[in-house]
Amino acid sequence: MWVLLAIAVVVVGFALRINSMLVVTAAGIVAGLIGGLSPVKILDAFGDGFAGSRSVTVFIVTLPVIGLIERYGLQHQARKLISKLKVLTTGRLLAIYLLIRQGTAALGLTSIGGPAQAVRPLIHPMAAGAAERRYGKLPEKLQEKIKAFAASADTVGLFFGEDIFVAIGSILLITGFVDTTYGLHLEAIDIALWAIPTGVCALLIHGTRLLLLDRQLDKLAVELKKAEKEAAR
Amino acid sequence: MIKVEWFYWLCGLFFVLIALQTFNDRSNPKRIGSAAFWGVLGVSFGYGTFVVNKQAPSWLLGIAVIGLAVLAGSGFPGKGEERTTTPAERVRFADKFGNKLFLPALVIPVVAAIFGAWLAKVKLGDGKLLLQSGSATIIGLGVASILALILGMVLLKPKSPAVPLHEGRRLLEHIGWTAILPQMLATLGLLFNASGVGKAVGHVTDHLIPKGSLIAAVILYCVGMAIFTIIMGNAFAAFPVMTAAVGWPLLVQQFHGTPAIVFAVGMLAGFCGTLCTPMAANFNLVPAALLQMKDQYGPIKAQIPTAIPLLACNIVIMYLVAF
Repeated sequence: MWVLLAIAVVVVGFALRINSMLVVTAAGIVAGLIGGLSPVKILDAFGDGFAGSRSVTVFIVTLPVIGLIERYGLQHQARKLISKLKVLTTGRLLAIYLLIRQGTAALGLTSIGGPAQAVRPLIHPMAAGAAERRYGKLPEKLQEKIKAFAASADTVGLFFGEDIFVAIGSILLITGFVDTTYGLHLEAIDIALWAIPTGVCALLIHGTRLLLLDRQLDKLAVELKKAEKEAAR
Repeated sequence: MIKVEWFYWLCGLFFVLIALQTFNDRSNPKRIGSAAFWGVLGVSFGYGTFVVNKQAPSWLLGIAVIGLAVLAGSGFPGKGEERTTTPAERVRFADKFGNKLFLPALVIPVVAAIFGAWLAKVKLGDGKLLLQSGSATIIGLGVASILALILGMVLLKPKSPAVPLHEGRRLLEHIGWTAILPQMLATLGLLFNASGVGKAVGHVTDHLIPKGSLIAAVILYCVGMAIFTIIMGNAFAAFPVMTAAVGWPLLVQQFHGTPAIVFAVGMLAGFCGTLCTPMAANFNLVPAALLQMKDQYGPIKAQIPTAIPLLACNIVIMYLVAF
């Protein structure tokens, strides 16, 4: 039971806002020592884990090209394009992106989209452009809100779309683990099928919130203007 | 066969070049420590190939990884002065290049999708897959980035081939050490598993359920998946634990739930937890850093009001359909 202290290290470390890399490293060492691993075994686990999970960092290979097109005015152009499409408000644009992201993920195309490949270069500048058309120069609070929701549309769409696709990691993990541990013979397609109800709920809940975002931004913009006027008095 | 390791070497090379640039960047007040961080990271990416193939000792990489954590904890890597175009120049360039600017950005998802959906299944003459099995997405992303970069260079004709590297460094310096936090968290999951954290949690949940209550068991499984995912940052790590503790013995064996539904919905309940936790760094902290947000928890705050009702939906779906 003492090994649960390692979880406490994570929780306390994050609560005290200590550098996450240090917290995670410390928690790993604590778990290993209490769990009776030798120091060399702990170092081995750090090495094996890091080498085995390099795929999550591969998104950085897109950075040079994204940086290059940003240098030549990508975000400005995205804003210009959106400003011509007056029906596309920030909320509607993000709701459409959520739908596309979830739909393509359900077909197994999980690499369409992602924060580095789509949100930073395309989706966020367009969402911000739609808001600028409405409110003029965006105060920081509005900027932050739009960034947060642009990131959320991508993540929610990916999570609750990909599980509808048969050959995705989480489904293979379910069938692999359950079949070997309990001697069942689950069909991946059954698991995928039962991911659909939750996928629909996710689209409805987050889609509605994205559409309501426009009103929230309206309200926030009015409040900020008011506060600005009062500060000027 | 195209091997995924080639692309890890490409990533490693990118980090090493960044390290060299950083070392020469006099405007970066932390240039030596920062160069060390990117340099060690780059070498680790290449060395990882030999660790995965069991041709080199893992503990050596383990020392390097802890070294990276210590550097990150001491405030490295730092940022240099941003040398890119001014907003006015960007407006001028945007007018000149117009919608051509979107082309390289669009090449990335299109090419990556072609690799993932189609080339992943293509076999060579000798019956082997063209792309290393299970790695089509990563290979696709690597190839897509190279093609997009070539297209970008041809369209935009920057003065020097070093320009994309400089611009890549500009973005990478904004992300900083958060770039490798997801890898550290995966490593933590491995250590937690090896140390028996999962068993201990299963032991605790055993004492939490009122005997004979189906709804209590469903709620415990779904909420337990979400909470354990919040702590571990990964629904995959939570699934075996909660399934061994609640899902299998109670929901399937005692209450005769349909396994496919119980496990499918249980995993999705875990995903609701992923939306709420900084431990899922690649989904929550990295986007905040990429978008240069002031509040690194901004995406999580936008996602919690979706995650909570969605978790409730999962509980209702499982209760109504699985039994």
